[in-house]
Amino acid sequence: MTETLTQTIDDISLSNREIERYSRHLIMPEVGMEGQKRLKAARVLLVGTGGLGSPIAMYLAAAGVGTIGLVDFDTVDYSNLQRQIIHSTTSVGKSKLISAKASMEAINPEIDIVLHPVLLNSSNALDIISDYDIVCDGTDNYQTRYLVNDACVLLDKVNVYGSIYRFEGQASVFDASKGPCYRCLYSEPPPPGLVPSCSEGGVLGVLPGIIGTIQANEIIKLIINQGEPLVGRLLLLDALDMEFRELKLRKNPDCLICSEHPEITGLIDYDAFCGVELDGMGLGFNEVLSAVQLKELREGNIDHVLIDVREPHEQEISKIPGALLMPQNEIEALIVNIPKDSLIVLHCKVGVRSARALSKLKKLGYINLKNLQGGINAWARFIDNSLPIY
Amino acid sequence: MKVKIAIPTPLRTYTNNTKKIEVDVESVAMALKQLIVEYPKLETHLFENDIIRSYVNIYLNDDDVRYLDKQYETTVVSGDTISIIPSIAGGL
Repeated sequence: MTETLTQTIDDISLSNREIERYSRHLIMPEVGMEGQKRLKAARVLLVGTGGLGSPIAMYLAAAGVGTIGLVDFDTVDYSNLQRQIIHSTTSVGKSKLISAKASMEAINPEIDIVLHPVLLNSSNALDIISDYDIVCDGTDNYQTRYLVNDACVLLDKVNVYGSIYRFEGQASVFDASKGPCYRCLYSEPPPPGLVPSCSEGGVLGVLPGIIGTIQANEIIKLIINQGEPLVGRLLLLDALDMEFRELKLRKNPDCLICSEHPEITGLIDYDAFCGVELDGMGLGFNEVLSAVQLKELREGNIDHVLIDVREPHEQEISKIPGALLMPQNEIEALIVNIPKDSLIVLHCKVGVRSARALSKLKKLGYINLKNLQGGINAWARFIDNSLPIY
Repeated sequence: MKVKIAIPTPLRTYTNNTKKIEVDVESVAMALKQLIVEYPKLETHLFENDIIRSYVNIYLNDDDVRYLDKQYETTVVSGDTISIIPSIAGGL
């Protein structure tokens, strides 16, 4: 097995206090003093301190991984707390990095935690990642997933992968020197909006706990050089039926980045690659309506049709009076009675699904379409405070 | 040959929440065609100009169909499971 760590363990020692702390590791021959020193010498970068990042950061801190880097630029909000167990109610409104660091230091003050308060992008990823031995991807968007993959392949780093959606999770270890990379699995991302994110589609709170813990386990195995890593294998979990499956992953001989003749030899523009435009939706300026503008439209008695493209169960959470329910996937069939020149305002939870619905209606010949920016959550935040934000 | 097709969560919206369907076919390609006949809304999410989309992988049991000798024309035997594994990116 090739060496994962950049630092040798020759100069590493454990204090008596550390020996007591890690005693349950030390008495297992698979870890022992050497393994625990390897953990102390290891440098692991976690991209994202959210659902997946929470258990990974906490278990790696507890295990004594010597240097843990955290990348995040977000703040904690109430809707994170159902699953992001590294953060607590008192941290709402604060930086996720500061909050995560405090939890990890409370678990284990013997380790170094390095904070990177940035959005990982093509101009900083190589610099940040090159300082670490292993990278763990716990983000929630395709741009960062392809960016992390490509940077890891270019720098010859191992990428410990996990991904979740509702009740389903995936985990694998991408090590292009020994097996496939993320691009071998999926050469391209789906078009924006097709696969909802956790904020749009929801996620069972425990699921990132299970998948993140599997990622933490893989990281520790890689560091101590024991067992069989998930290289070349994709682990799938259906938490509703509690079914684990394992699929074989092959290295794609034509992979754009990790094959013998790669076409990608440096980082690219990942927003463009993933089809994400600056407004996030690919809509024109006159196709967007703010919550304030919608209020003016309603108060000015201007003829319009307000369509809620969410699922029926979401209307039980919050609802704008007068909105017609037409779930995004059925909208083409449900809208037939509305004239094509009507002013139609579409809304969902945060504006992603409604943008997609808008594109569908445009193709059907509707000419006066607006997307409520920020969805019903923006309406609740700025106009009607009696509604919950979810 | 009676084989099962497993539908992943993100695509169940287009199958009335059905998780698994059973089809009586000879090959992987025929199974997918039969799936589209039963659930036409799935077509655009699985195929682009009759080719499987790059963010969807099809597995016959635990093998990626792209790496089997006959790929989608691979013959199936009763009891096989075909799985659709789409790309998901959630993590926060």
